[in-house]
Amino acid sequence: MHSLQQQWFGNVRADLLAGIVVGLALIPEALAFAFIVGVDPRVALYASFTIAVITSFVGGRPGLISAATGAMALVLVSLMADHGLEYVLAATVLTGIIQFILGGLGVANLMRFIPNSVMLGFVNALGIMIFMTQLPYLVGSGGMTYVFAIATLILVYAVPRFFTAIPAPLIAIVVMTAVALFSGIKLQTIGDLGTMPNTLPAFFLPDIPLNFETLKIILPYSLALSVVGLLESLLTSQVLDDMTDTPSNKNREARGQGIANFITGFFGGMAGCALIGQSMINMKSGGRGRLSTFTAGVFLMFLIIVLGDIVVKIPMPVLAGVMVMVSMTTFNWGSFKFLRSAPRSESLVMLITVGIILYTHNLAIGVVAGVIMSSLFFVAKISRVSVTNESGVYKVSGPLFFASTTKFLHSFDSVTEKTIVIDFENSQLWDESAVGAIFKLKQKLADKGIEVTIKGLNSSSELLYEKLL
Amino acid sequence: MKIAVAIDGSENAMRAAEHAVLLARYLPDAVLDIIFVADLSKAMDERLLTQTPESMALKREQKVHPVLKMAEEADIYSELTTLKGNPSQEIIKHVNSSGTDLLIMGSRGLNAFQEMVLGSVSHKVLKHANCPVTVVK
Repeated sequence: MHSLQQQWFGNVRADLLAGIVVGLALIPEALAFAFIVGVDPRVALYASFTIAVITSFVGGRPGLISAATGAMALVLVSLMADHGLEYVLAATVLTGIIQFILGGLGVANLMRFIPNSVMLGFVNALGIMIFMTQLPYLVGSGGMTYVFAIATLILVYAVPRFFTAIPAPLIAIVVMTAVALFSGIKLQTIGDLGTMPNTLPAFFLPDIPLNFETLKIILPYSLALSVVGLLESLLTSQVLDDMTDTPSNKNREARGQGIANFITGFFGGMAGCALIGQSMINMKSGGRGRLSTFTAGVFLMFLIIVLGDIVVKIPMPVLAGVMVMVSMTTFNWGSFKFLRSAPRSESLVMLITVGIILYTHNLAIGVVAGVIMSSLFFVAKISRVSVTNESGVYKVSGPLFFASTTKFLHSFDSVTEKTIVIDFENSQLWDESAVGAIFKLKQKLADKGIEVTIKGLNSSSELLYEKLL
Repeated sequence: MKIAVAIDGSENAMRAAEHAVLLARYLPDAVLDIIFVADLSKAMDERLLTQTPESMALKREQKVHPVLKMAEEADIYSELTTLKGNPSQEIIKHVNSSGTDLLIMGSRGLNAFQEMVLGSVSHKVLKHANCPVTVVK
């Protein structure tokens, strides 16, 4: 791993430029995420600023862009609706504490247990949900809304074909906002729904009663936020590791996100995590070091304070158009091919993960259910054991453990020979149940007057057998 | 003579590789430079569609391996160049800086609409590469 100095100043010029591009790209989404939760744009913009700046110092993956995200926003929707902003901020602080502790306990090592079918389900459900959140701004608000949204969409997809230096969503927003202003067409604007910040975020304590009741309200949200945030961040870190051919400390990333969320809550920001899209933009723009993330956060805040009066004039259909593009990019279109080519159990896990998330509106529940389901499928798959009889020699193939012993025992229900050999050459004894099953089988066959010889145990199975019997 | 062939694991790229090997066989002292670009804009999709980072590495190897084997069987001296980034940009940069005499690449065979949306790698490379380019259909 590079030295700290390298991580900050090893790539100054490209990091500064990429940071500026990412700072621009963060604005539309931060605004949209605020509207998803139902909070003032300030809450998401402050969050994006503090989270980006703090993770640039304490994160584990240089070049990763963390800020307010759609995944976290979607978790917070019902907390905001039921209890209000102060509870959102408190949940953010608690999320930080939980993530920091999980990072300290080495939560990143658990990533290996989350199969890609669950992660596919996660991003697909996320894409669908972000799309759904934009429908209210698009449907039923008159013909001009559609015209602006579609024109925005065409711009965000067409512009990158000719020009890639500035993120296309930003170009689309500037162009379409200008069109709206000069044509005098009346559309709902960001200013109609909220106010823009004109100062830097300031420290304050969330105004909530510090008691058990409060904890009971925010804890489930904080747990869900922790799971969702860590999943998205660790997934994105892995991809960045691959893109840059450099390793990163995932547990440090988890702790760093914890610190960032903890502090963000006190500065009036909502919980955030790594942004997949913006991290990719950073990489593609040449950003590699911590300076890129830092620049992105600072530049975002600078723009908002300077340009706040203009930002409020952005028409909502334009922002919604950009978010439709974001949802399309979030959705993994390779999933359809995956459904056709992957093993049935994996396809099922993916579909059920999506289904549960869309039904419960909770990304965390879907992920946890998906992981449990895929573990069960895995156990079922690996517990296949078969016994074949070749004139008195019973050959066992497949691992013998708690899930496969029943089938193993049943295979000897109709033994007719007087003496048999059980050959374990293609098997492995894993636990007490395995040894117990052999013991039970020997007894049962002895009662019938059948003599049993065991052979072919590999050394670790032999050791377990000797130890337990 | 240095012949470069850009591959991506597709059937069209395989045809380009076959053509490159065919040419290299008839050229004395030919060096075959096999270029594989891992497309950064597909990094997230690739990760999501494979089990682990290890299986992703295996999948990439599977795209390169048949071509390496083909060159070896034809008794041609070959080098593998693995790059990461935007495919057309990386191919152009590499070809223009490595003294390549001829670049051979496949065409994705996109229709007009796909080409507008996705952009043609071979078009861009044709325009900006400083050496002769053969596009294999």
